[in-house]
Amino acid sequence: MVLQRVSKPKTHKGRKFLENREPKIEENDKSAMFIKGGNTSQTVTQVLKEMYMLKKPTGIMMKRKNVVRPFEDQSTLEYFSEKNDASLFLFGSHSKKRPNNLVLGRSFDHEIFDMVELGIDSFKSMFDFRNDKCSQGTKPCVIISGQDFESDEDYRKLKNLFIDFFRGPKTEKIRLSGLELVINITAIEGKIYLRTYRTVLKKSGAKTPRVELDEIGPSLDLTVKRTKYASDDMYKRACKQPSEAKVSKSQKNKSRTNLGDQLGRIHMQKQDMDKLQVRKLKGLKRKKESKDEESIGNSKVKRMDDE
Amino acid sequence: MADLVESILREEAEKESKYKTIFVEKDADVEIDEGNLLACDPNPIDVKLFKSNKDDFINNLARDNTQLLFNQLWMLPVERVDNTVLAKLPKAKTLIPREKRLPKPRPETKWEKFAKAKGIHKKKGKDKMAWDEQHKEFRPRYGYNRANDDTKDWLIEMKSNAADDEDPFEKRITERKERRAKNELQRLRNIARSQYGGKVPGVGLTPVEKPNKDQLGRALVLAKKSTASLGKFTERLPKEKNTVKGKKRKFEPCVGDMKKEKDKQLRILKTLSHAVPINVAKAASHFMSQEPDERYVFYTKF
Repeated sequence: MVLQRVSKPKTHKGRKFLENREPKIEENDKSAMFIKGGNTSQTVTQVLKEMYMLKKPTGIMMKRKNVVRPFEDQSTLEYFSEKNDASLFLFGSHSKKRPNNLVLGRSFDHEIFDMVELGIDSFKSMFDFRNDKCSQGTKPCVIISGQDFESDEDYRKLKNLFIDFFRGPKTEKIRLSGLELVINITAIEGKIYLRTYRTVLKKSGAKTPRVELDEIGPSLDLTVKRTKYASDDMYKRACKQPSEAKVSKSQKNKSRTNLGDQLGRIHMQKQDMDKLQVRKLKGLKRKKESKDEESIGNSKVKRMDDE
Repeated sequence: MADLVESILREEAEKESKYKTIFVEKDADVEIDEGNLLACDPNPIDVKLFKSNKDDFINNLARDNTQLLFNQLWMLPVERVDNTVLAKLPKAKTLIPREKRLPKPRPETKWEKFAKAKGIHKKKGKDKMAWDEQHKEFRPRYGYNRANDDTKDWLIEMKSNAADDEDPFEKRITERKERRAKNELQRLRNIARSQYGGKVPGVGLTPVEKPNKDQLGRALVLAKKSTASLGKFTERLPKEKNTVKGKKRKFEPCVGDMKKEKDKQLRILKTLSHAVPINVAKAASHFMSQEPDERYVFYTKF
């Protein structure tokens, strides 16, 4: 695709880079920014660090001080999103009014789409669990439980945000024995419990193994504070599916033979055999035209002559 | 017979004690989206049990739901590649907003638009590499180190009518530069056209080596107009045609010709008095027909 830009990229690499950032039918995996706020406590810093470790191949850590208040001014976050080509973000800050504060959100077309403020009630680091961790960059299984995630409208949106944030890279095939990481999000009585596990597959006597979970951390207890969800109009725009991605109707009249030739079945009207042109022979010549036709022919010639 | 039954039962019991079960019972079905490796459990949570031991409760809930997800995942069709078992994931069911808007189709260039209107089809694309007769090898058709590069010739045959001071080597290079500049201009104009609704101002008059009559005429008109008073006081050349276009408006005098004014007023009165009386029924039906049809609106909505 030719870039619609006034200033052309100077190098092939630059061109590829820009093309990668253009809107596509099949989108890239969303990457997440982990942004440290102006003031952070040790807890918040550690949470950001460990969340970054969970997301690592598609994560960007911004560990300098960023004096931003996402719910008051979104422009900085939008700028970061455009600059880094990342649509998910986790912002951490700490203040007297809002201690140990996280803002989880995402953007659409470099505009803030939705964000949720989460207060950290308790946090247990992955280094507090003394056991084997899972390998980096594995696609996590996401488990979401709790009635609230089904019944409450705001929680339903939050659930979608959690899925988007944690689901990892899109794949068509997956190695079954490589399913290591499980992220569990449970909503009970207005609190959200986020737990991370490593799977241990055991023999069950059947084909499917018995799953045991080993908690590896980080584990967080969160409370939802301020929220900002996308307007219906924006949600509709963001959920638009490309016509190419929709499943096309199967064509019934096309088939393939075993040799790979394509066959098509078409319906035609019966052929008129009288008008069929076969091999030209003198004996098959048509009889002389009738008198009427001759006269018409002559008159035509005459008229031509007159002119 | 009894022994056989007993032995089978014993075996089963042994098996069960050896392996833990993979079956999980839930009141409501857990929604599983294999494409996203996602399980959503809508079952209400027993708060009393939760409060008795929070961590154990969550861990058990997570294990059960993971087991349900894995049961589904292990049912997927598998494929073996290099001694690893790969499961083919179906398409994700959960609708997740996109990261960026849908890509817009690339706007047509002026040439593409013209070619479409005229039914001109593009020939089969040229190969990237071309045969270089001089070097006896394939080289890129365009760009650095290209095949049949006419600016690299060491000898050029001069035309008999060429000017004395013409440098054919220089000429080829400048011609090439001009072609590139023209192409760049067209590219920018195409971008501008796609952004400003199909209209971009013309480039004006470009200098040419030997202008024809038409170009000279245009240059003259432009030069005449290019004064502070838009050419109002520019003197005309001998034998020059009047090129200034447009008429000067004329107004009638405010006072004076009474007869003309009287006629004018009378004409207005006459048309008013001879106006056709309004047919109320017809007007009403006309008005009704102007109103939007409810049914029609309904259909257009969907």
